[in-house]
Amino acid sequence: MTPLLSVRDLSIGFGRGPDVVRNVSFDVMPGQTLALVGESGSGKTVTCRGILRILPKTAQIRSGEIVLNGRSGGLDLASLPERRMRDVRGDAVSMIFQEPMRSLSPLHKIGNQVSEVLWLHKHMNEKEARRQVLDTFARVGFPDPERAYDSYPFEMSGGMLQRAMIAMAMVSKPDLMIADEPTTALDVTTQAQVLGLMKDLQQDTGMAMVLVTHDLGVVANMAEQVVVLNKGRVMESGSAALVLNDPAHAYTRQLFDAAPAIPEVAELAPALVEEDLILELRSVSKTYRMRSQSVWKPDVLIHACRGVDLNLPRGKTLAIVGESGSGKTTAARIALGAEPPDAGGEVLFRPERGADTVAVHKMSRAERTAFQKQAQMVFQDPYSSLSPRMRILDALTEPLDIHEIGTRAERREMAERKLLSVGMNPDMLQRYPHAFSGGQRQRLSIARALMLDPALIVCDEPTSALDVSVQEQILSLLEDIRDEMNLSYLFISHDLAVVARIADEVAVMRQGLVVEQAPPDTLFYNPKHPYTKALIAAQPTPDINRPINLKLVAQGAGSPESWPEAFRFSGTVIPSLMQLEPGHKVRCHV
Amino acid sequence: MSILRYAVYRFGTMLLTLLVVSALIFLIINLPPGDYLSNQIAELRASGQSAGVAKAEFLRKEYALDRPLWQQYLIWIGFIPGPQGFSGLIQGDFGWSFEFDRPVADIVGESLWLTVLVNLAAVLFVYLVALPLGVLAAARSKTWVDYTSAFVGYLGLATPNFLLALIMFYYGHKYFDLPIGGLMDPIYEGQPMTWDKAKSILIHLIVPTFVIGTSGAAAMMQRLRANMLDELGKPYVETAIAKGMSPPRMLAKYPLRMAFNPFVADIGNLLPSMVSGSVLVSVVLGLQTIGPTLLTALKTQDQFLAGFVLMFVALLTLVGTMISDLLLVLLDPRIRYEGRDA
Repeated sequence: MTPLLSVRDLSIGFGRGPDVVRNVSFDVMPGQTLALVGESGSGKTVTCRGILRILPKTAQIRSGEIVLNGRSGGLDLASLPERRMRDVRGDAVSMIFQEPMRSLSPLHKIGNQVSEVLWLHKHMNEKEARRQVLDTFARVGFPDPERAYDSYPFEMSGGMLQRAMIAMAMVSKPDLMIADEPTTALDVTTQAQVLGLMKDLQQDTGMAMVLVTHDLGVVANMAEQVVVLNKGRVMESGSAALVLNDPAHAYTRQLFDAAPAIPEVAELAPALVEEDLILELRSVSKTYRMRSQSVWKPDVLIHACRGVDLNLPRGKTLAIVGESGSGKTTAARIALGAEPPDAGGEVLFRPERGADTVAVHKMSRAERTAFQKQAQMVFQDPYSSLSPRMRILDALTEPLDIHEIGTRAERREMAERKLLSVGMNPDMLQRYPHAFSGGQRQRLSIARALMLDPALIVCDEPTSALDVSVQEQILSLLEDIRDEMNLSYLFISHDLAVVARIADEVAVMRQGLVVEQAPPDTLFYNPKHPYTKALIAAQPTPDINRPINLKLVAQGAGSPESWPEAFRFSGTVIPSLMQLEPGHKVRCHV
Repeated sequence: MSILRYAVYRFGTMLLTLLVVSALIFLIINLPPGDYLSNQIAELRASGQSAGVAKAEFLRKEYALDRPLWQQYLIWIGFIPGPQGFSGLIQGDFGWSFEFDRPVADIVGESLWLTVLVNLAAVLFVYLVALPLGVLAAARSKTWVDYTSAFVGYLGLATPNFLLALIMFYYGHKYFDLPIGGLMDPIYEGQPMTWDKAKSILIHLIVPTFVIGTSGAAAMMQRLRANMLDELGKPYVETAIAKGMSPPRMLAKYPLRMAFNPFVADIGNLLPSMVSGSVLVSVVLGLQTIGPTLLTALKTQDQFLAGFVLMFVALLTLVGTMISDLLLVLLDPRIRYEGRDA
C-alpha cells in the first residue's frame, strides 16, 4: 500500500540559523492517524506547518520532499509552485489549530468562514455551500446548525468553536487533516468530546490525520503511528502500540515518566485532620451583576460562587478543580482578599497556630498590608507574570521594597537564598526574564512569592502553561518547599492528574458549587458524583488499553439538569453537600 | 432595529453636545473685555464723532449687547426673544457681522459650501491614498515598497502645508498649467452654478486638496500599516491561508476588515483638524473658504460671525464622529452585539 503522505529527509531552518527540523522522515497511511509528539521547541509544529508550507516568512524548507499521493496523483509539496499549493490547502489537506478563539475571524459569521472553503475549492454558489455546511455542522454536533451558521465566534464557547474549526477542515472531504494541538486550549471534558468526534469523523470519511501533541494520553487515544521529536530530530517512531508499551528511546521514556496520570488506588484515604486551620472559607458566595442593555429587561445575575465552605489545615494543600467558568478562580481571589464575598460570607486567616484570626473579607488597610506579607500568589503564565523590563534582582526584591524590609544588601542576600531554594543559580540575578525558559521563569515566580516568607501561597494553575517534563519538576519543587518551609497551598487547577500528586484534599467545583470533596485517593477510588466521574474518565492516559470512556464524560459534563436523579439540579432546587463517609462529601439528594 | 435605535440615541447626544459646545463658544468669545461695539464707541468718542456713537449705541440695543451675558447667549441661540422677537440660530437667523456690516449669512454664504467641498475632497484624498498604500506597505513590509512609501509619507508629514502650497503653485502652474489661487475663475464668482463653473471649481480644487490632504494621508497610512502588521500576525490569518485563499483576497477579507476600525474612527477627528489646519493654506492659496473669515472675526471680536463659524466647525466634527460611530456599529458585530443575551 502506498502511503498517502510521505515525508523524506525534511529539513527546515529560519533565516541563516541552524536547522530546527533536521532530516525528519515519516509516512502517513490512508485513513490512519500519525501523532507527532514532542515538547515545545521540538520542531513538531514547524514540521506540520511545513507540510502545507504555511511557515513564517523567514523559514525555508532546506531539503527533503513531501510527497502527497492524494486525489490529484503524486505531488511533491516541498517544490510545488505557490499557485498550485493554494489548491491543495484546504482541499486535499486541511488544518486545524490550537486556539479556536483566535483562529477564526471575529468579524465574520462562522457559516461564512466555513463556506468559504467550498466557494474556493468546489466553486459552489452560496446556497449549495450553505446546505453542505449545515450538514457538516450537524455532523460535528451542533445542536442547531442554522443558528451556528449565523453566529459570530464570540458568541460560542471554545469547545463549540473547535467543532466549527473541525467542520471547516472537514467540509471539503480532505484526504489528510493536520491538527496542531487541537485540544490543548480546551477543558479536559471538552477535550475528550472533541477527540471522540475527530475519531468518529475519521472512521466515517476515511481521511488520514497528522496529530501534533505534547500529550501521550492523547496519542494513546487517537494514533496508530507515533513519531517522537526532540530538538528537530526523530527520536523514535513506530506503531503506537509498540512505542507506548515499550518505549525504546530514553527520551520517550522520560516523557512517559513525566506524564501525569490519575493513579489507580486500592483503598480509601483517611479523612484529612482538620485542626489548626490556616484558612477558612465559610459560606462564601459571589454574585456578579451583568447590566442588561435594555431598561425593560432585568439585569442578569451570575453566581460565580455559591455557598462555598472550605478549610485548609496548616502545612497542607487544598486543591480546587473545575472547568473554566466553574468559579475556582473567583474562590481563590476571594480567599486572597482581592475581592469581597457577598454579604454573609466569611474568609478567616490564622497566621500562626493559636493566633487570632484575620477576617480577610473586611480587612483594614493595615491588616491588608500585614496579610499580603503572609499570603502570596503564583500565577499561571510565567511569560506574562514577570515584567520583561525588570532584572531578576529587581523583580525579586520588589516585594521587600514595598514592605520596606531590610537594607539593599540584605535584600540582595535574601534574593540569592530564595533563588538557591528554587534550584537556580544566584549569579542569574542581573539577567532579564527573556533569558530564561518557561520552567525557569516559573521557578523565578515561585522565588518571588517566597521572598516575604509567606505562610499561604495560592497557586493558580502554576503548571498548565508548561511542558510535561517541566511540569513534573515544578510540582516536585512545590512539594519540597512546602514541606521544608511548612507552607500551605490553595491550588487551583483544571487537571485532576496534577492535583492527584500534590493535594491533600480536593474540592471539585461546577457552576460555582462544590459538588464533591475528599482526599484525592478517596476521590479516585470511589468517585460518586457524575461530574467527578466525567473528569476522571476524560483524563487521557498514555495506555492504549485504557481509552477515554466517552459515555461517562458526556453524562457528567452535560448540564446539571441531565444528571442522574440523585444529583440533578431542577430549577432552583439544588441538593446539599452530604457527608458520605468520613472526609468524603458529595452534593446529592439522600 | 437596534441600529436605528442607536442612531436616534446618538443623534440625541449629538444635539446635547452641540448645545454645550455653543455655550462654551459663546463664553470664550466673550472672555476678552468689551465687545466689538463698545470698542468702536470708545474709539469714536476719542475721535469726537458723536454721530457714529449714536448709531453704535442703537446697534448695541438692537443686538441686546447691553443685556447680561446669559441673556445674550439665549437670544443668540433663539431660546428667548430678543429685541426683534425670537430670532436666533435655531430660527435660522445667524446674526449681524459688525466688521463687514452685513448679515452673517451673506458673508458666509458660498464660502460655507466651498469649505465643506474642499475638506470633503481632502478627506476623500486622504482615504484614497492611505488605504492602498497602507495595505501595500504592510503586505510588502520591509521591502522597497514599504521603505519608499514610508519615506514619501514622512516627507509629507514633515513639510509645512503652506510651503507645500507654494511649491505646488509654482510647479503646478509651470508644468501642468494649473490655475493659481482661488477656488474658481474670478469670472464665475457670485454667478449661479453652471457646468463651466463646476468644471472651474474642480480644476481649482486639485492643488488645495493635495496640499491639505498630504499630511493627513501620510499619518493615516502609517497607522493603517501598523494596524495591518499587527493583524497579519494573528492566527486567523493563518487559518485563511490554510484554507487556500489567494493573498490579495485574504488580505482584503480578513486583516483589512480588522484594521479598518481605527481607520473609520478617524473620520471624526480628521474633519476639524483639516478645517482649522487649512486656515493658513487658505490664506496662502487665496481660497474663499471660511478659514480666513474666521481669523478676521476672531481678531476683531466680531462675535456673531465668529460664533457662527465656530458652531459650524463643531457641527462638522460632531456629524463626522456620529457617522464614524454608526459605521463602526455596522462594521463590527462585537460592538453591535454587545449586551445581547448569550
